[in-house]
Amino acid sequence: MRQLMIIFAWLLSMAVSAGVEFREFKDSEQEQAYNSLIAELRCLVCQNQNIAESNADLAKDLRRQVYEMLHQGKNRQEIADFMIERYGDFVMYRPQFHSKTLVLWLAPLAFLLAGLLAVAYIIKNKRKQPVADTLDEKKKAEIHALLDDENNDPDKGEGA
Amino acid sequence: MLKFFAPLLLFVVLAIFLAIGLQLNPRDLPSPLIEKPAPVFDLPDLASPEKSFSNELMKGQVYVLNVWASWCVSCRAEHTVLNRLAAMKVVHLVGLNYKDEPQDARRWLQQLGNPYYVNVIDYEGRTGIDYGVYGVPETYIVDKKGVIRYKHTGPVADSDIEQTFLPMIKQLKTEV
Repeated sequence: MRQLMIIFAWLLSMAVSAGVEFREFKDSEQEQAYNSLIAELRCLVCQNQNIAESNADLAKDLRRQVYEMLHQGKNRQEIADFMIERYGDFVMYRPQFHSKTLVLWLAPLAFLLAGLLAVAYIIKNKRKQPVADTLDEKKKAEIHALLDDENNDPDKGEGA
Repeated sequence: MLKFFAPLLLFVVLAIFLAIGLQLNPRDLPSPLIEKPAPVFDLPDLASPEKSFSNELMKGQVYVLNVWASWCVSCRAEHTVLNRLAAMKVVHLVGLNYKDEPQDARRWLQQLGNPYYVNVIDYEGRTGIDYGVYGVPETYIVDKKGVIRYKHTGPVADSDIEQTFLPMIKQLKTEV
């Protein structure tokens, strides 16, 4: 059991060791910018990981690039633009909103709208449908008689 | 009638989209650098690192930029193709030796032949970042004005040379 725990602890430490080069930051704001940027940039070698988690060489280089650019006083947007210019929109997990990514951003909204319209349409149609005519003539006459009675009721005031 | 066919139609549309999705290669990313000026580099020459070479010197001619490394397995397969391309003497091949040990790269060229007009050392991979390199080998065709016109990701095959590279190079050479 103990041995197993040690193995697991070791495996866990391997998993978190990616992206933890020793970095010094000017202030916590810069550190935060660094961490959020490397969490949002996709590693293009292992495409389902961000560069914070990836051990790929390219991810290391891109982390270094982000770090250096922050030190040069570049802001978040400038660094994102730098990466997009070179690697395309795909490099950001949340691609920026422009003409090429329009469909990507708006499609979910469009689908939601289409779904709501479909639901509204179905409900409306259901309402329009006449209630099934299952009563026989005798019952119908009874109902009419009752309704007429009510309409002639003097208490009702404006009754027909 | 519609009630019967609507789900079928929906299924067919979905199946078509999924089939297209399956056939796309996620590694084959469109390069944002196409139709943009090739990033300028001035890097040590692999053959004699005390000298440097800049791609500014290639202005005025069409050239092929090939990103490679001796640690890259598929570069080995590609190398014979590049040797054949060089033998045709239609275009200059500029090599960007990416994150490689220069002595390993030089040994590679001695053993496998040298198809390159010139090779530069990008030891830290910074020029690679400028070119948006994410998988080696990658190959770019640059026109006379120094604009990237085509990018090929992964090893270039003989069929790529025949079908894409040669026609494109021929066409770019006619441009002013």
